Amino acid sequence: MALRSLFSRKSLAGLSAASRTSSCLDSRALGLAGLSQSRGLKTASLPDLPYDYGALEPAISGDIMQLHHQKHHQTYVTNYNKALEQLHEATLKGDVGTVVKLQSAIKFNGGGHVNHSIFWKNLAPVREGGGEPPHGSLGWAIDTHFGSVEALIQKMNAEGAALQGSGWVWLGLDKETKKLVVDTTANQDPLVTKGATLIPLLGIDVWEHAYYLQYKNVRPDYLKNIWKVMNWKYAGEIYQQECP
Amino acid sequence: MSSCNVFAPSCHLQVFLANDSCHALYNLKAPPFMLPSPVSSISLAFLFCDSASGCTAKKQSSPFDRRRRASKAVAYFGLKPPPYQLDALEPHMSKKTVELHWGGHHRGYLENLNKALAKDDVLYSYTMDELITVTYNRGNPLPIFNNAAQVWNHDFFWESMQPGGGGIPELGLLDQIEKDFGSFTNFREKFVEAALTSFGSGWVWLVLKREEKHLAIVKTSNAFTPLIWDDIVSKYCLSRRLINVFFQPIINLDVWEHAYYLDYKNERAKYVNAFMDHLVSWNTAMGRLARAEAFVNLGEPNIPVA
Repeated sequence: MALRSLFSRKSLAGLSAASRTSSCLDSRALGLAGLSQSRGLKTASLPDLPYDYGALEPAISGDIMQLHHQKHHQTYVTNYNKALEQLHEATLKGDVGTVVKLQSAIKFNGGGHVNHSIFWKNLAPVREGGGEPPHGSLGWAIDTHFGSVEALIQKMNAEGAALQGSGWVWLGLDKETKKLVVDTTANQDPLVTKGATLIPLLGIDVWEHAYYLQYKNVRPDYLKNIWKVMNWKYAGEIYQQECP
Repeated sequence: MSSCNVFAPSCHLQVFLANDSCHALYNLKAPPFMLPSPVSSISLAFLFCDSASGCTAKKQSSPFDRRRRASKAVAYFGLKPPPYQLDALEPHMSKKTVELHWGGHHRGYLENLNKALAKDDVLYSYTMDELITVTYNRGNPLPIFNNAAQVWNHDFFWESMQPGGGGIPELGLLDQIEKDFGSFTNFREKFVEAALTSFGSGWVWLVLKREEKHLAIVKTSNAFTPLIWDDIVSKYCLSRRLINVFFQPIINLDVWEHAYYLDYKNERAKYVNAFMDHLVSWNTAMGRLARAEAFVNLGEPNIPVA
């Protein structure tokens, strides 16, 4: 924070150069609602959950939601901002070695922020429409690509269960071919790392922290239950924007 | 055919016999099929190294091959319990965590491995180390790799801890650490840092780099283990692998979230500090280091005195 207050307007030029060097990941992250502008340096901030911590029970416990949001997501935000400041400084100095070295921290923490920001919107309490199957053009597209919503769920559950270690399973849209895809990413890699034209519609966090307190080592049960609070409305809106 | 590593939990005894042109490896290990009580079988593997024409490996068919075909064997590797009670690491690692980690995760890897082996005629009679090296498939791991490596990693992990562990190692190991890291404090700092900067699931290792006789801290993600890093060598001369594992693991720390989440939630730092202060078994580490150093000589293998 102290560093940030030192940044003058002039140093903004350095920042935009920095975001150019650090791939489209950052520009995507910078477009998120959870970003705040503070004295020139745009940093990320933790977005509010659009529902209470306990609102997704019994599918996901309040304990998990609170830790996941307040601790895990907050840590990604904090470390992303830290890396961003270091990147800014290194860019001003023309310290290429440090700029390169920071990429992994930016990818991991920035990715963590991007992914979780989407994840919260992907979920909704049952009384607010969580779990209601997709309608409209997305529903139709799913039937075309996968046969049925059930078949898609089965496919995503299988890929999520088979994923080694930590990561995400995604329903994405290729905005050029307008095709729906199911894919997985490791650790906190956002979907865009699998293809520059991919837009995430739904992401399921299969890190152990997303389910361990409730489901322990039985990841398939978590995957089965999360669909009961899936916010298809959000996915449908994103799809609609891209395929009007 | 490569060696069953002397440190591998699946290996209880390994004896090298050597003469001018031939190294024979007698590998006494847990039976590769299910038996009601712990019974050992001896599977014999002969490795021939012809100095004139390079190395060739030949595997003698196991005396149990026929029996295996005759019986409907369903399990190949057994679940090895930690060398202490499940609540013995309390309060630093709860009984609940160990029960779930060992009885759930570790068992899960093992059962999946055995299931996969039941369907695979080729990998059927391999030792755990061979399985890991072979299924690593020179950088394109086969599905079976994850399960085999995770079984090995967990066996190694349970033995890397002991009740009342932690603190500072003694004599030889401490000397080596001070020589290679400057001071124990510096080593501890580096090890903790490695554990905290691991992006995602994985392991942190203290290894002995055998060529340099130098300790180092390395990180691996998911199921990967330093054992596979000598694979390049085994490509050229299979038998060299017997005595030439480049990165000999001394200690490992599980930094998958399941290893600490019930006890420490998101606070991995607390878990890592508890490991360093109360859990890590420097006794085990000392033994592993001594054995690793005993085999550093790359000429004729040293024959350990029984």
